[in-house]
Amino acid sequence: MFDFGIVTNWINDLLVGCMPVWAATLIECVIIGVLILLTYTVLALFYILYERKLCAWFQCRLGPMRVGPWGLLQVFADMFKILIKELISLKGTDKFLFKLAPYIIITSSVVMLACLPWGRGLQIIDYNIGIFFILAVSSVGVLGILLAGWSSNNKYTLIGAMRSGAQMISYELSLGLALMSIVVLAGTMNINELVALQEHAWFIFQGWLPAVVAFIIYVIAATAETNRGPFDLPEAEHELTAGYHTEYSGIHFGFFYLAEYLNLFIVSGIASLMFLGGWMPFHIAGWDGFNMVMNWIPGPIWFLGKAFFISYVIIWFKWTFPRVRIDQMLALEWKYMMPFALVNLIVMAVFVALGWTF
Amino acid sequence: MNLLLEISNGDLAVTATLTGMGLVFAALLIAKLISPKSYSVKKGETYECGIPTRGESMIQFKSGYYIFAILFLLFDVETVFLYPWATIMRSLGPNGLLCVAIFMFILILGLAYAWRKGALKWQ
Repeated sequence: MFDFGIVTNWINDLLVGCMPVWAATLIECVIIGVLILLTYTVLALFYILYERKLCAWFQCRLGPMRVGPWGLLQVFADMFKILIKELISLKGTDKFLFKLAPYIIITSSVVMLACLPWGRGLQIIDYNIGIFFILAVSSVGVLGILLAGWSSNNKYTLIGAMRSGAQMISYELSLGLALMSIVVLAGTMNINELVALQEHAWFIFQGWLPAVVAFIIYVIAATAETNRGPFDLPEAEHELTAGYHTEYSGIHFGFFYLAEYLNLFIVSGIASLMFLGGWMPFHIAGWDGFNMVMNWIPGPIWFLGKAFFISYVIIWFKWTFPRVRIDQMLALEWKYMMPFALVNLIVMAVFVALGWTF
Repeated sequence: MNLLLEISNGDLAVTATLTGMGLVFAALLIAKLISPKSYSVKKGETYECGIPTRGESMIQFKSGYYIFAILFLLFDVETVFLYPWATIMRSLGPNGLLCVAIFMFILILGLAYAWRKGALKWQ
């Protein structure tokens, strides 16, 4: 596997060689910021097209086809259009909180994106409590949604925000417990070490039964966490107009849209890192020739491929299942998934203690 | 194996945060500069669903949500307690596993109590 640390170290040496250390650090921080920004926008644009195309195919339509070849430029046209729309300031809103909400939502998703490693040495924030840090930042995003709904001075946004808050905090529990069973298996929270431990077998194979259960719980919880699929009742358009972002116009609305798609990528990325080996290739013990071929495919492609696959599954949910009611949604979490995740955690701990893992 | 070995994680987290804020700020600035502006009396009204809105919206809302928020608080703190255990589970051995099993049993008892009392029923 190619180590991107060589490239970054080379750039670092080059910069330190011709200027003081603080200036080099500053320049590197600016470069990192620009890179994050580019990744963020490109991924969001890609995801919008991805979802629109998939949703069209699930419904036997073609999807966007007119702008550019195969509709590829449609998202750019949409983004430009959203950028030139007027920002309407409303009467009776809490101005400060109304403007603060997009900042919180976008910032939390940018920080989460910066925590995901795309390949060996291709990671920005690398805490030793990595996965815990991501969970902590993801719960800040809920705050933005609640603020958006509260400050809009609109009953529908308030209901949407409350539903969204209840849903996101509830499903965060089973999400955290599912990830914790993988932490039990691995014995570390650092994402890089987690990925490195999956070199010979991915965690979903290493921890067989409890890991598979944890993966299923994680995917369901992640669908709810991103307010998608059968759990999109915060923005149920038939009852709540558009949920918590009804009153936002122009690019203000665009931020919520961007963050929603980025969160989809982030939860899929975490699933890919924690269960499916992240940027580690698929290896079968003993098949050396096969493993060699798999090693030829670069790490970022493995990571993105797995993440896009899980996003595909989550989008598939959306077009398969009908929307649930709020009492069903809360009952599913508190009466089934949370106890299940707790029991699964204990089972995983027992399996690890007895050494029943691969 | 950091991207840039010289920069501390704290600085990088601050960079990412500032990038996020910068993205929102820059996009808003561009939108302000190039978007059209017009004024009309009705424009500042709350959209809601098309009909003029009635009454105050920032009100005390359904208490059902708060019960779930309190329950969440309970179990989220539990998750925070369990994460350090999960990291060093292997070195603690069977004794640690037993202690955590008792801790979890008490919490599951709490959930069963809340369930029995009807806190999980949506009304």
